Amino acid sequence: MAVRYGGPLKRAATFHVPLAILVGVTLFPFYWMVITSIRPDTELYNVQSNPFFTLHPTIKHFLDLFELTMFARWAWNTLFIATMSTGISLFCGLLAGYALARLQFRWAAPLGTLIFVTYLVPPTLLFIPLGDVVQTFGLADTPWAVILTYPTFLIPFCTWLLLGYFKTIPREIEECARIDGASRLQAMVRISFPLAVPGILSAGIFAFTLSWNEFLYALVFLSSPQQKTIPIGVFTELVRGDVFYWGPLMAGALLGSIPVALVYSFFVEHYVTALTGAVKG
Amino acid sequence: MADQRIEPILVERASPTAHAIGAPVAVAIPEARRPSRLGRLLEQEHVLAGVLLAPTLVILALFIAYPFLLGIWLAVTDKVVGRPGAFVGLHNFQVNLADSIFLRAFQNTFVYTFIATILKLMIGMLAALLLNHHFRFKRVVRASMLLPWIVPTVLSTLAWQWMFDATFSVFNWVLLHAGLISQRILWLGDGTMAMGCLIAVNVWRGMPFFAITLLAGLQTVNPDLHEAAEIDGANAWQRFWRVTFPLIKPIMLVVVLFSMIATFADFQLIYVLTRGGPYSSTHVFGTYAYEIAMRAAKLGQGASISLFLFPFLLVVIMFQLWYIRRSD
Repeated sequence: MAVRYGGPLKRAATFHVPLAILVGVTLFPFYWMVITSIRPDTELYNVQSNPFFTLHPTIKHFLDLFELTMFARWAWNTLFIATMSTGISLFCGLLAGYALARLQFRWAAPLGTLIFVTYLVPPTLLFIPLGDVVQTFGLADTPWAVILTYPTFLIPFCTWLLLGYFKTIPREIEECARIDGASRLQAMVRISFPLAVPGILSAGIFAFTLSWNEFLYALVFLSSPQQKTIPIGVFTELVRGDVFYWGPLMAGALLGSIPVALVYSFFVEHYVTALTGAVKG
Repeated sequence: MADQRIEPILVERASPTAHAIGAPVAVAIPEARRPSRLGRLLEQEHVLAGVLLAPTLVILALFIAYPFLLGIWLAVTDKVVGRPGAFVGLHNFQVNLADSIFLRAFQNTFVYTFIATILKLMIGMLAALLLNHHFRFKRVVRASMLLPWIVPTVLSTLAWQWMFDATFSVFNWVLLHAGLISQRILWLGDGTMAMGCLIAVNVWRGMPFFAITLLAGLQTVNPDLHEAAEIDGANAWQRFWRVTFPLIKPIMLVVVLFSMIATFADFQLIYVLTRGGPYSSTHVFGTYAYEIAMRAAKLGQGASISLFLFPFLLVVIMFQLWYIRRSD
């Protein structure tokens, strides 16, 4: 958009100042995590000391985090769960998205609608009966309880995104391969899937961050400390009744945020594609 | 496999939308001379479709359709943890409607959803308009803007909880030292104040989603339209309202509907920041259902609270489906 300005002062008032406020408010809580995690307890719990910086940075809270809790174990659990559920969801979503975008069959339209509807069903509606189902299948308090239930919101998303992506790939490419003798299945696996890699990557990044961050199912289905994921572990093991261990809490919050922020920073464009693709449909 | 004929064909590797041009890459497509029975079956599109959709449908049936029906059944039983429930009809719903905490949660859910969504839309729109300018470090600013949306909500909400701490709140420190207040504000100390804090954190977390998707919408608006309007004497507000707004209205509506569903069914932000307190004054459907089902072990009662989400979701989903059909 071509936008013109009166002068530097007007540009500062209508652009630089609002933008600076916006970025400041957006990032302040992260600054707060960092500063809290390195301030010693004597400063943290002293109303007189300036809370914005410290002259005595310490790594004690990080050491406490690893000594007092099973944080390393939680990090591994989170990684394992996020990777597995993303893998399952991409596999299912890729096949389903392809079928709905490309194949001619009677139930295509209603099935597409059905999957879109499940995409909008929130975990809050289902977690109580789902707890029962997980119990029945003997999955309670195992990683599989969440690895198999996260796909309920990841598969519809992946399907929806990849369906849109397959629609942008011209049919003619596959038809060429078919004329040259490829079977229906070969045309799909060798021609269309490789072309969909950017879409798969977008869906994968998005699904990974969603499962890394999930809270409700993990809270309900995982109870023993060694099975917990980072969000659950930090929240349940570092808050005892009314006592909050703020130093280790913020250290854990920081360490739990960094991996997903890193993954995101490497694939910003793919993530944004997924985000905007998710709502466009 | 020895009798397969390998024949190279030309396939474009460039962007999937580019039709004719692009670096040609040879891909070998082996052709089986006599396809197997299974192979012949998979040549039929409806068979292949069934095979491809099977894993998805199995998972969705087991973990969405079945629990959904089970949830409806639970809601009409008096099931508690550890013993089977008996059918009690609409008793649970009657209990809910006579429960003052439930009624408060009912009200809170709508207040939380509508105020937070409106604020997210307004601030997100402003942010998108700002980000639509050309400036240095634009990519970095845009990327960092999404951080609240990326990091685990539980973890960032814990940071907010520490910022709202009764004794050590940074906001109080600043306000006290600036001389604006003489006594500490108890941010999460009463229901109204705590609802305000919850909405603020929700807006902080959800606004980037609006900003980035609306920005994507703004980038599709043809700059020529703006220039034409400017030449015709339209001011900045008129250009936004008469040119930009109608063009991005479809994407805006979809973003609002998505956000409304997520906010309406929110659990984690509220559960972490206030746990529904003080004195159960900030519960929403999600947190109260959890409280009753998981902490009080009344699964049937809890399921009936969750079900109150359903009518609203249904309306939004129907509207969204209708809207997609119409725009197709």
